[in-house]
Amino acid sequence: MRVFTNNPLVQKKLSGICEVCCFDVSFLQLLIKVRDEVHKGSRLLTHPLSGSVKPNETPYKSVLLTSPQGKIDVLSLELIESSIRAAEQFPIRYPQMPDSVRADFQLIDWTLLQSAL
Amino acid sequence: MKLELGYIDIRDIQFSTQSKVENGVLYVNKQEIEAVALGQPHIQSAEAFLARPGESVRITPVKDVIEPRVKVEGPGGVFPGVLSKVTTVGSGRTHVLRGAAVVTTGRVVGFQEGIIDMSGPGAEYTPFSGLYNLVLKMEPEDGLSQHEHEYALRMAGLKAAAYLGELARTVQPDEIRTFETDSIPEGMKKMPELPRVAYVMMLQSQGLMHDTYVYGVDAKRTLPTLLHPTEVFDGAVLSGNCVSACDKNTTYHHLNNPVIMDLFDRHGRELNFVTVIITNENVYLADKERSSDWTAKLAELLGVDGVIISQEGFGNPDTDLIMNCKKIESKHIPTVIITDEYAGRDGASQSLADASPLATAVVTGGNANEVIVLPPMDTVIGDLAYVERIAGGFNGNIAPDGSITVELQAITGATNEMGFNRLSAR
Repeated sequence: MRVFTNNPLVQKKLSGICEVCCFDVSFLQLLIKVRDEVHKGSRLLTHPLSGSVKPNETPYKSVLLTSPQGKIDVLSLELIESSIRAAEQFPIRYPQMPDSVRADFQLIDWTLLQSAL
Repeated sequence: MKLELGYIDIRDIQFSTQSKVENGVLYVNKQEIEAVALGQPHIQSAEAFLARPGESVRITPVKDVIEPRVKVEGPGGVFPGVLSKVTTVGSGRTHVLRGAAVVTTGRVVGFQEGIIDMSGPGAEYTPFSGLYNLVLKMEPEDGLSQHEHEYALRMAGLKAAAYLGELARTVQPDEIRTFETDSIPEGMKKMPELPRVAYVMMLQSQGLMHDTYVYGVDAKRTLPTLLHPTEVFDGAVLSGNCVSACDKNTTYHHLNNPVIMDLFDRHGRELNFVTVIITNENVYLADKERSSDWTAKLAELLGVDGVIISQEGFGNPDTDLIMNCKKIESKHIPTVIITDEYAGRDGASQSLADASPLATAVVTGGNANEVIVLPPMDTVIGDLAYVERIAGGFNGNIAPDGSITVELQAITGATNEMGFNRLSAR
């Protein structure tokens, strides 16, 4: 099991517990990295659009996925493609935000992921 | 199971030295109701406000809306497993202060949403602008975690609603409605010619401020199961507050579930309303597979002829919705799904994050991306500072004259996916 994330809180919480791939990228770019992994044969374990906080509100996203398993999982591919399509509809509006708000977005993303662990 | 709802119509709300209901007026002792909220551990300050239909008042950020109810006959009490024992509810008689609500507001995280305008164009988009609202603005003790804060707000709101509900105990209702469903064999015997219909109610269950509770149990830790429809009217299902306003079901929505109401209206005439199947919307994909398998299995075991499915939320729940739809349809049971749309500001984009050719009957609660300008209000209860960080808001969305530009998703209940909306298209 691996976590793909751009959320430093998730990296802090899970490092040493499971494989955490943390990137300094946008929400959408993170989804694209997850899609690359699905192309390499990883299967999604959590929904890429978890949470009601929209892709243009929160900068943070964490997705659980398996290690590459050789064959492309079609369901995972459909899910990540449709999630990317949905996320692209939301233009980013908050390039800057106070650290306290940033921390709250990190926490929400972590609780969404935690519910699957 | 048979439940009588005794509706006491509220036509005004006022602060008074004594809390009571008299001639359709809800009188509230401000200090007492604030003391109820302050009695909840970790609430440091609580202030009560009134908001009436037509007033120049904006309430934000709204966390939950709760209708005051009290159980006057029959087993159990309102909000079972939370304020009352876990005894099964849904029978006997419950009194309702129809037209009144407790609205909770307060900061839990630094981005909040949920606007109720009591007048102006925004008021048309939220059903709660038509209610006489007791608004509780609450602040927590310093250093409280967000989870503890959410719990404290939730409990304080429920206790305040129970306090007001108690005032209805001995009041003669303006209207009494009886809701009754039969056991499965009895219903089949009584209505052999009518189509048998079940309602699949999907409950948001993803994490902090994305949760729902059933008899006090976090819905993400449950498996799909059956409820008598009347259990919902006694508060068996509660909202765990929200960050997303337009399509999170508040506790008020659950108590007045319009799908259940409409199915009861047609029960025995056009159809046989068999039962409610509740299911969750977890983040973990294996949970989704399991829950949708079980939902379809229950529908099949019940042998129903049709299913209505309502969703809650955006994105992740679209997948649960489509899984439920596909799996129930594959059992040769036709479905109607109720959802809302994120179709871009022009409405031209793909509406849902998932889709299926089997979803042939879809009811929409509206496009949450549509933009609306809300004119300034004389009074703001809560804090406008959060409006810039609510869903649908954006930097600079507050104009010098105080008007704010937001997407509909910022308005509480605007695109509700049970269909509890005030506007429709023809």
